Amino acid sequence: MNWRIRLLRPLRKLDPALMTGIVILMLISLAVLYSGSQESIRVVLAQLLRFAVGIVVLVIVANTPPERIRAWAPALYAIGIILLAITLVAGKTSLGARRWLGVGPLTFQPSELMKLALPLFLAYYYSQQENVRHWLSAIAGFVLIAIPFLLIAKEPDLGTAAQIGAAGVFMMWLAGVRRRWFVGLVILVAVSGPVLWHFLHGYQKERILTFLDPQRDPLGAGYHIIQSMIAVGSGGFWGKGWFNGTQVNLDFLPEAQTDFVFAGFAEEFGLVGVIVLISTYLLIVLRGLVIAYESRDSFGRLIAGTLSLTFFLYIFINMGMTTGILPVVGVPLPLISYGGTAMLTFMVGLGILMSVHAHPRTHE
Amino acid sequence: MNALQPAQEHRLFVGRLLVVAGLIALLTTIVAIQVFRLQVWDHDHYATQSTHNIIALLPIAPLRGRILDRRGQVLADDRTSFALAITPNKAIHLVETIHRLQKILPINAEDQKRFNHDLAHAHPYQPVLLRRDLNPDELAAFAVQRHQFPGVEIQTRIKRHYPYGSLFAHVLGYVGRLTPAEISENQTADYAGLDSIGKNGLEAQYEALLKGQPGNQEVEVDARGRTLHSRLCNSAQQGTTLHTTLDLAVQQAAARAMAGQQGAVVALDPQNGGVLAAYSAPAFDPNAFVDGLSTAVWTRLRDDPGTPMTNRFLRGSYPPGSTIKPFVALNALHDKAVTDDQRLAGGAYYQIPGTKHKYYDWKPGGHGAENLREAIRDSNDVYFYQIAMRLGVTQLGNGLAHFGFGQRSGVDLPGESTGVVPSPDWLRQRYGQTWYQGQTVMMGIGQGYLLSTPLQLARATASIANGGRLVTPHVEQSPDSVTQALDFSPDDIAVIQDAMRDAVTSGTGKSLANDFHTIAGKTGTAQIHHAQRNDSGRVLHNTNQLWQDHALFIAYAPTDHPRIAVAVVVEHGGHGGRTAGPVARAVIDAYLNTVTASEINP
Repeated sequence: MNWRIRLLRPLRKLDPALMTGIVILMLISLAVLYSGSQESIRVVLAQLLRFAVGIVVLVIVANTPPERIRAWAPALYAIGIILLAITLVAGKTSLGARRWLGVGPLTFQPSELMKLALPLFLAYYYSQQENVRHWLSAIAGFVLIAIPFLLIAKEPDLGTAAQIGAAGVFMMWLAGVRRRWFVGLVILVAVSGPVLWHFLHGYQKERILTFLDPQRDPLGAGYHIIQSMIAVGSGGFWGKGWFNGTQVNLDFLPEAQTDFVFAGFAEEFGLVGVIVLISTYLLIVLRGLVIAYESRDSFGRLIAGTLSLTFFLYIFINMGMTTGILPVVGVPLPLISYGGTAMLTFMVGLGILMSVHAHPRTHE
Repeated sequence: MNALQPAQEHRLFVGRLLVVAGLIALLTTIVAIQVFRLQVWDHDHYATQSTHNIIALLPIAPLRGRILDRRGQVLADDRTSFALAITPNKAIHLVETIHRLQKILPINAEDQKRFNHDLAHAHPYQPVLLRRDLNPDELAAFAVQRHQFPGVEIQTRIKRHYPYGSLFAHVLGYVGRLTPAEISENQTADYAGLDSIGKNGLEAQYEALLKGQPGNQEVEVDARGRTLHSRLCNSAQQGTTLHTTLDLAVQQAAARAMAGQQGAVVALDPQNGGVLAAYSAPAFDPNAFVDGLSTAVWTRLRDDPGTPMTNRFLRGSYPPGSTIKPFVALNALHDKAVTDDQRLAGGAYYQIPGTKHKYYDWKPGGHGAENLREAIRDSNDVYFYQIAMRLGVTQLGNGLAHFGFGQRSGVDLPGESTGVVPSPDWLRQRYGQTWYQGQTVMMGIGQGYLLSTPLQLARATASIANGGRLVTPHVEQSPDSVTQALDFSPDDIAVIQDAMRDAVTSGTGKSLANDFHTIAGKTGTAQIHHAQRNDSGRVLHNTNQLWQDHALFIAYAPTDHPRIAVAVVVEHGGHGGRTAGPVARAVIDAYLNTVTASEINP
């Protein structure tokens, strides 16, 4: 076996359909960031570097057998919980929230780790559970979700807590926990909503009120939503063209390279671009569901299904908030938004999908 | 409950997966509908909003019309002024930058105070003015070192300028900061880009003419309002130049003659009513109002006992004193209350038949029996006490109204006072008092409730000078001047003209006698109510100037073809001939000398 085969063999574990989607998203990301950054090569190179790191991580994870990933799940979950607890006590405060842990110049959000650790640990738990229909399995699942949920909600970072909670609930759903628990959960949330309202912070209430009526404060809290909707709407069918988006290039659109990158994309590439983007995302999500369906391994299919659905959830929340159908929560658009941490999380998740697909029935 | 078999478990999983797929399909549809709604259905709406974001129609301020005197001298124009401005978010360290700037330019506490105030109300990317009106030396000093001051720039501003400062303060008025109330009153579009408005005088009267029409330009801006491109749509139209009848030399003569005194001077062209000079002393510098008054200047103007902000020639109401006598006399001739050669008894005082009160003459011992012409020359009070009684208050008042007393002259300046021609009805309504005959007597010599503005006096004087036509004074040069022929016979007017000529050559107004011009005039002394007097009504000697009577003088020249009519009031000036006379003469000389000179060398 020469060096060339030795180097290329790990690439055989990569899924062609998923890789096609990832490459298209990366190209879209670079195109949008180049235009939105006043044609800054520096921004494009930085993002390219992150993609490169992401791809390396993806390849490594894809070549890791699911049973090894499964074996790490309890430890990852435990470490995640401990880091979240430390963050609450000794984390860095920024904009009134303790979300970051600092080691020297590096900062790290433990909630980002938990986005993967919780689904992994729940998949670990349910895949070895004899009887998921038993009420104890449901209670155990809720408790495992509630611990990180409450720790993150306390930071406060309600948006991330809700996303992690949702991922956990998806897992329980796919694992086969009885429907009555989900019906009960929906009723509980609906009933406790008005009560929880009083425990929300001022800025959280403001975000929800602004979402309900952006014109309440058009230059303040409502500004993001209004400018974002103008960007999307003014793009029209064909878009204004690459580099021609006035909302994004003239600074009217805030967070144009991070959370609101979709609005800038929709402005320059129009409905046609949006259709291409959504199709690419659906390709990845549906491919993930197919991997879950095909997997004969209980851990593999649970984690593949949950990660696919969670991936979709991020897309939905981000597009929903930029088009004005959801309140503004800080959720990046997967693989498009500028930034490293979230992208790494997505790459690991996609790597796990590929790992599940590449290692059939190794368990049992 | 039994554990599930692997096959059952997989079936359950597939079922749950299908629900998930359904959820994904549903949510994707929702997003797709929303994007379609924004980008297709409501595209026009959002496209318009996007354009509104970037295209701004910015106004271009017009230059204000200039104001010129009759010879084309510039009395008000727009000047370029250079100001130092700092853009806070571009300056590296604001406090240190200002500190370093102070080493090359003077920046006083008032500048700093205004800067801090404006800074608090400005966006960090908007330049804030630190120093206004840099002189060329300061401009050069900064230009050399400007690269050391990031965020500091020189701004060019257009600013109203009054080259003669206080000289024309009351007649020109001034422009000042446009207040929100004034903007809503006027068409906002008419004032686009303008931050000042005529507040007083000609600047206010001819605001519409002088203002000009703002232009506009289409500007592409970013979210911070920074200009990216601009395109001129309409250029601004400069305001119309206002040609006035004012004469710089005459105004300067009036100001010089009034230096250190309080009062007013008005000079009219008696033929058409053109205002040659209108000066109110003390005056103020209108340039101080252009950028907004500083507190210090405002306090000084407000607390000045000389009330420099008061327009004395337009709003000052003075008892005309003996200057009223020519007008009373002309009415008496017209109403046949007396004939020109009829002599009335003289004496030290006059008593209304059947009463005891003595009305003294100004001259101790009085004059002898005099006819009308002599009585005007000598300012014979006892003669005019009798004339007043012969006419009666109603006829006296109506007669004076013919000359414009008690009414606005209609001059093209805002805020004119009417003065007062009293009547028994007026006294009852105004003070609830009953008129008594003694008040009629005093009215005959221009005392009591009779009040006139200097402008009214000058206008009335012009009507004697021009042979009986009442002119409407005007400051703007206009080809068609409004005059009104008065119902007096030329012979009667000639008598009055001769009498006023006598007053200057041999009477109370001798201080005006002049080898070059033939001047006719009349002195007047307006009594101050609180002055201490002896039994004969004479002011006791007092060193306090404020206890002195006001001195008045009316005059016109030359007598053969009058070209200038003047009224002068010197507050607390004592006798009219001594203090007000020289002022009138200086004004007449200044005008007739330049007129003569320009006619010799056109």
